Order: sequence, then structure tokens, then C-alpha cells
Amino acid sequence: MSGVLEMRGVTKAYGDRAVLRGIDLAVAEHAAIALIGASGSGKSTLLRCVDLLDEIDDGDVLLDGEVVTDPAVDPVRVRRRLGMVFQAFNLFPHLTVLENVVLAPVRAQGSPRTEAEAHARELLARFGLAGRESDSPERLSGGEQQRVAIARALATRPRALLLDEVTSALDPELVGEVLAVVRELKAEGMTMLIATHEMGFAREVADEVCFLHDGVILERGDPERFFTAPERPETQRFLRRLLDSGRLSI
Amino acid sequence: MLGLLAALVLTSEGWTNVRETFFSPGDFADAFPAVLDGFWLDVKLFLVVEVAVLVFGLLVALARLSRTPALFPLRLLSAIFVDVFRGVPTILVVYLIGFGVPALLLSGLPTDPVVLGGVALTLAYSAYVGEVYRAGIQSVHPGQRSAALAAGLTESQALRHVILPQAVRRVAPPLLNDFISLQKDVALVSILGPLEAFRVAQIEASSNFVYTPLVAAGLLFLCVTVPLARLLDRWERSRRS
Repeated sequence: MSGVLEMRGVTKAYGDRAVLRGIDLAVAEHAAIALIGASGSGKSTLLRCVDLLDEIDDGDVLLDGEVVTDPAVDPVRVRRRLGMVFQAFNLFPHLTVLENVVLAPVRAQGSPRTEAEAHARELLARFGLAGRESDSPERLSGGEQQRVAIARALATRPRALLLDEVTSALDPELVGEVLAVVRELKAEGMTMLIATHEMGFAREVADEVCFLHDGVILERGDPERFFTAPERPETQRFLRRLLDSGRLSI
Repeated sequence: MLGLLAALVLTSEGWTNVRETFFSPGDFADAFPAVLDGFWLDVKLFLVVEVAVLVFGLLVALARLSRTPALFPLRLLSAIFVDVFRGVPTILVVYLIGFGVPALLLSGLPTDPVVLGGVALTLAYSAYVGEVYRAGIQSVHPGQRSAALAAGLTESQALRHVILPQAVRRVAPPLLNDFISLQKDVALVSILGPLEAFRVAQIEASSNFVYTPLVAAGLLFLCVTVPLARLLDRWERSRRS
């Protein structure tokens, strides 16, 4: 199976601390892969490496079959084909909501402004943000900001979406509205790689769950099987801890 | 407190003398047109140098913040530039460039003291302003750069559309502060000879043995720097609210 996204033997270290120690992963078209694991297990680094925001040390990252970590490939061109949403939203505070969404289509892709704005308004309206176009991001709730960030990531019509713990910085009551948006995207067939702490959501939306532990994918599989009958002792321990802390119900 | 100080000055033994040499209305009226004339040169020089400093200071900051290994010489050069021009008294920079450059006798280099004075002030102030810019750029959260790049912008587009607008907004108060300071320091080019306000006042003062023209020059500088300072206050207040 050749995926939209693929990682082959990817390693990455910060200084002498190995964060990724040989990652193999494939995301097929229209599939959603959930990456789970403790904080510091390398989920964010993995996503940043896929988006070429961090340079990998060894291995290959492929997008639509092309090795994009080849030094001859322009990373800007690759990033334009991917969308990424961050844990801390990272909206541009000096721009309005609408400008946040149209910046990349207009500047990076050279779309005509009117066209980009029409598409942006459409996305914002879809995510329940109609009427907030000229607001400053600071005036929005966390959930609204993250929905703007998702609209921004979709504005360039990416091949795949990388979601980096998009609900971890939200107040509990706002988590649902953001997950609903992701669920909707999944239903439309968006290809996604999702790092998350929301196990219930991972189980519901993902086609495959990957458990990242100490820089390797220790266990992976169908969500139902993964959450009900995990094989590795590390996975069992991880899920048990979540169960005990009340963050997982099976 | 202020009243006490005023009383002390006004009752001092030399006050009558000081009043006549520093605050004589007649001398003020005589000298004012010439000093005002000189002051226009200060204003013009200030405006040109300010724009040059804004541009050159930014280049210094960008050179210093570059990451590419190939640009290491540029990084080193900008670090040395900042150290030198921030470390040397501005008056010395003006002196050295104003008299040093023409002494080289190289054709093609400017010899006009106003131009050389402007160049000297630009160098001195770019070192300060470069550091202000640098602090501003570094204060923008790295997540902003990540988000801009992830959206598909190039490094320079990220800098121009995302990082710099935020950085400049943050450091606008210290930037303006440096400009108030520059507005006064343009008087330093007087040591090279151009007839700007301070120089004219000095000449008038020494030919009539009164200091009133210098006070006139001081008032003119205040006429520009005080409104600038108030503008800055007001702007800061509106930003905070």
C-alpha cells in the first residue's frame, strides 16, 4: 500500500537526546491515523518532521510517493501541500480572523484575494465562525481560535492534515466543538495524521492507532482491538494509567 | 520643591547677570531668525537620517539573526559593528568620519560635511536601533514562525508578513525613544562646520558675548522633541487599553 504520507526509518535527535528512533508509518488516502503516547514520546516531533519544520537525521519522508526529505526538494513547496494545526493555535495576533485564513493562499499560493476571501469565509462559516471575520484572534475563545486555525490549515486545500494535540490547550468544555470539526473532516475523507490525548476520539475516528513510546511505534492496530486488547505491556500500562486518571473509558 | 529652586535661582547674586546674557528678549529677537534658519537643516538631516537608520538598523538585526552557516561572516560583521558603534561616543564617530573620510582623498566619496555627519549619525544610531529590532524579533514566539512556514510561506515571507509586524509593534516605544534622542544629536554635526541651529547660535553668541541665541536653539529643539515625546506617551496609552 502506498500512502499519501509515508515515513521510512525516520530518526531524529535533539543534541544527544534521541527523540525518534526509526519510525515507519504510512497514511493512506482518506485515512486517519492517531498517534498516541505520553508527553515527550515524540508525537509533536514526528509531525514537525513530516511538515519539514524539523530536519530529520536519517530515513525518508514521502508525500505522494516522492521523497521530500531529499535535500534537492524545496521544503516550501512540500509544506504548501500539507496543512498543520498546532496545540497552541499559533494564530497571527496582528491579523484579523479573515486575514489569518487568507494569508497563505494569497502570499504562498498567489491566489487572487477575492477568491481566497470567498473560500476563507466559506470555511469560517462552516466552522461556526460567520460574523467573526474582522475580529482579532485574541477576542475569540480557545475553541474558536482552534477552529480558525483549522480553517487556516485548510485554506490552501492541502493533501493531508497534521493535527498536533489540537485540544490539549483547551478548557474541557471547549474540546467537543473542535473534535466535532475534525470528525466532520474525517467524514469528508480528509487524510489526517492526528497526535492526540483524547483516547475516546482516537478510537472513534482513527482507522489505525499507533502507540509511540521512547521514539518508536511500539504497537499499532485497529482502534477496537488496540483499546480492548493491547498486546504490549507498555501499552497496557499506558492505557491503565489513563483509565485510573479517569481520562479513558472503555 | 520647584518653587524653592526657582526662588533660589531668582534671588541669587548673579541672576541679573545671567538674565541679561541668557534671557535677553532683544538678543533673542535678533538671533532667532538666523537660528531658526539653521534649525531647518537639523530637521531635514533628522528626517533623512531617521529613514536611513530604520532601514540600516533592520539590516544589521537581520544579519545578526541569520541562521544559515554560510552567513557566518555577516553575523560576525554585524556583531562587531554593533559593539564598535555602540561603544564609541557619537561625537567621536561624527568627528572621525567627518574629518577622516575627506582626508583619504579618494574620489567618489562624499566630502560634504552634512552628508558625512549624516552618515556618522546613521552608523551610530543603526547600532542601537539594530539591537532594538533584534530584541523585538526574538520576542516573537517561535510558534509564529512555525505556523507561517507550515502555511507554506517562505522564510522571508514569514519574516515580512508575520514576524516583523509583531516585532516592530512591540519595540515601537524604544524605537521612538531613540528617535527623540537622534533629533537632539543631529546638533553634533555642528563640529564639522555646517550652519545648523546650534552652530549658528554659537556664532551669534560669541560675536555679541550673550548666550541668549543658545537658549533660542534649545527652545527650538524642545519644540520638536516635546511633542514627539507626548505623542509617544499617548500612543503607548492607547496601546495598553
